[in-house]
Amino acid sequence: MKKEVIVVGGGLAGLSATMKLAEKGCHVKLISLTKVRRSHSVCAQGGINVAINLKGEEDSPLIHAYDTIKGGDFLGNQPPILEMCMAGPAILRMLDRIGCPFNRTLEGNIDFRRFGGTLYHRTAFCGASTGQQLLYALDEQVRRYEALGQVEKFETHEFLRLILDQEGNARGIVMQDLYNLHLSVLKADAVVIATGGLGVIYKKSTMSTFCTGAANGRLFMQGMKYANGEFIQIHPTAIPGNDKMRLISESSRGEGGRIWVYGDSSKQIAFPDGSMRPCGKTGEPWYFLEEMYPAFGNLVPRDIGSREVLRVCELGLGVEQKMQVYLDVSHLPAEAQHKLEAVLDIYQKFTGDDPRKKPMKIFPAVHYSMGGAWVDWPAADDPDRWTRYRHMTNLKGCFNVGESDYQYHGANRLGANSLLSCIFGGLVTGVEAPRYIASLSKHHGDVSEHIFTDALRQEEHHQKELMNRSGPENIHLLHDELSDWMVQYVSVKRDNPDLQKTIEKLKELRERYRHITLDDKGHTLNQTYVFANQFGPMLELALVIAKGALLRDEFRGAHFKPEFTERDDEHWLKTTIATYNPKEPDISYEPIDMRHLDPIKRDYTHAKKVKPTLKNVPTNIQLPL
Amino acid sequence: MSKSFVLKIFRGTPGKQYWEEFELAIYPGINVISALMDIQKHPVNKSGQKTTPVAWEQGCLEEVCGSCSMLVNGKPRQSCTALVERLIEETGSSTITLAPFTKFPLVRDLVVDRTKMFESLKKVRAWVSVDGTWDSKEKGPKVSPEVQEALYVLSTCMTCGCCSESCPQVNEKSPFMGPAAMSQLRLFNSNPAGALEKSERLRAALGEEGIAGCGNAQNCVKVCPKNIPLTESLALIGREASKQALRDFFSLPDAPR
Repeated sequence: MKKEVIVVGGGLAGLSATMKLAEKGCHVKLISLTKVRRSHSVCAQGGINVAINLKGEEDSPLIHAYDTIKGGDFLGNQPPILEMCMAGPAILRMLDRIGCPFNRTLEGNIDFRRFGGTLYHRTAFCGASTGQQLLYALDEQVRRYEALGQVEKFETHEFLRLILDQEGNARGIVMQDLYNLHLSVLKADAVVIATGGLGVIYKKSTMSTFCTGAANGRLFMQGMKYANGEFIQIHPTAIPGNDKMRLISESSRGEGGRIWVYGDSSKQIAFPDGSMRPCGKTGEPWYFLEEMYPAFGNLVPRDIGSREVLRVCELGLGVEQKMQVYLDVSHLPAEAQHKLEAVLDIYQKFTGDDPRKKPMKIFPAVHYSMGGAWVDWPAADDPDRWTRYRHMTNLKGCFNVGESDYQYHGANRLGANSLLSCIFGGLVTGVEAPRYIASLSKHHGDVSEHIFTDALRQEEHHQKELMNRSGPENIHLLHDELSDWMVQYVSVKRDNPDLQKTIEKLKELRERYRHITLDDKGHTLNQTYVFANQFGPMLELALVIAKGALLRDEFRGAHFKPEFTERDDEHWLKTTIATYNPKEPDISYEPIDMRHLDPIKRDYTHAKKVKPTLKNVPTNIQLPL
Repeated sequence: MSKSFVLKIFRGTPGKQYWEEFELAIYPGINVISALMDIQKHPVNKSGQKTTPVAWEQGCLEEVCGSCSMLVNGKPRQSCTALVERLIEETGSSTITLAPFTKFPLVRDLVVDRTKMFESLKKVRAWVSVDGTWDSKEKGPKVSPEVQEALYVLSTCMTCGCCSESCPQVNEKSPFMGPAAMSQLRLFNSNPAGALEKSERLRAALGEEGIAGCGNAQNCVKVCPKNIPLTESLALIGREASKQALRDFFSLPDAPR
């Protein structure tokens, strides 16, 4: 009998899992809010990091792992990072084979650009819409399996609930048809969640409007552990907008773009070494990142870039006295500008200004969630490697992968590592899920039918209750309040009194959410209902983020508190674990697996290419492809 | 109210469509999507009547996902890049009309079901048939930057449907798959590995849903938000398909490439 797996989400992670599962002979039911080809992965612009060493720099997967561990400020578990980096070259070869049109050198080889947090040319790219191209290549492979009958798609459907049998094994889901709100049950013996990030909690983020985090929020409320929620990446360079913040890729700096403001020598700013120095020369461009971080310059990791942009603006040096700085690619040769065409076009379309001639005006924006579902990772040489399952959550048979999990990026993600982690995690899950199903003694057909009908009843009951709520509140106005608070108090800079106030505010919103009236009570494509239904679980994750941030009294990666200016390894070198409690999340901690590299200072002011030594590298690593 | 404009929307469900107007505030940078979001927060029409929020499809809001296609002032396009002030400047009118596409089944308001575009991708075998995803350890074929560039441009198609909407040959009476599918066919026939299935794809183009449907109206290329050379693709596939028909007629094996 065919192994049956449900995959929720059709971005890079969900599609690579689906492709691998189908290749392994499974029958996959693929659920997505939209046509999978429209998933948020299309927004990834800059590229995918792979240490394949085609630039004569003696790059290697071990150096890539070192950069990633250090870039994540040592919060990431090291074995999965190591294996991800080691799988990079094979993943690139696979993407090349399935038709992804990577940019080429004149010799016809795949070309690489530089990205933040590394000194190597390690980022393969397709113009400046790499995510779109990778997603399409995977979408095409999945369509091939669909034509063969191995993949069944349920697009414009939403995951609502995981169904667990009496032993606590995942046996299916309840889903909702977005066209008519019809609720139904899908059965399987493993469920893979690949639902991406949660930027819509902040509304003004670089994320697509699908990225509410509701699926993870629902699973969290069903008992799934959520890890490192407080680590939210703020990207230094986005175009401010009312409906969203539009990303200007880090590749614009990888190709030579520079960040600057007009200097003002009468003002002083603290440099990374602690010295106070003047803010450039009055009236002349001040390339502050290049001055502060001579080794990495404009390519410092994102958390650092965002904080420095904010600091400079807070000193009143923002362009036109506003919270914005210049990102300048106007000096670049036409060839380099051409490689950035996709992003430069976005800027021009939305602002009317041509960035080839005038510097762009940009500001940091919420971009990525390093935290996510807690998932297991037995390392290659762990004695229990084959009795545990990689990427499985604490809910048995429920896997989680991609931006929606917490692996790989620690306290800060390096640019162009997310495409790699999504695809790698997807492939790993594609191998692990069938192995898990093979270990089961029962099949979902053996599970008592009332388990499924009970789950369906609960969702039917909830649908009626939500539809009939009445009170003075409008769900979209509540969303604005939520996002205003989250952007102001739980993003680049965090203070404990503000965080405490935010938690109280979130609880107030939770109460007011009970008193909404939906402006649409119909069943045909009722987007008001669908969003209102997502809002509850979004609030729970907002609480996870805010409470995790409140408790963590240190400065690590993307988590910055002016009151605590140092990384505090003695007290805080540990993973945050949130579990659901109807009042507010319970927070506990677990140790980080640091078997390959001892923590060092994360310094980007000066650096040279060093060959790092990683300890205890297993000799029996099996790549998932 | 400060400066305002009117959004006139053709909305409703199949068989029950009607126009409804909304008066909304203009602010710097406002696009059609922001305006629709403003309606959600205060769903009251121009006559002051409470109404339901308008349904529309959206995703990335930066013109790479293809979700938010609709007719803006009668033209098929992505609504995220439709800036209100620019539209008013272009037309000299402070009313902007929004309507759903007409060549696809209507779901509600501005949302249509574009599933058939994705089904067409199956018919033209828009993929590379790899043996599997395992690592062959071999480097792929070398590709010149020029070829990469050409493939990349074709590969930026986001299945938004603007080309089909603008095409007079895509209609209820014609089975024509539309320009996007033909262009994807060209993409995979140009890929070094994909070319091995060239003949099979061309046979799909020879079918009744294929290239014969193109009437060379050239509307598609004008509305494509990604500037994909669609008419060039259509002409090329037309020529290649004819050659394939001849080869098939004389039962010759596929010509060497």
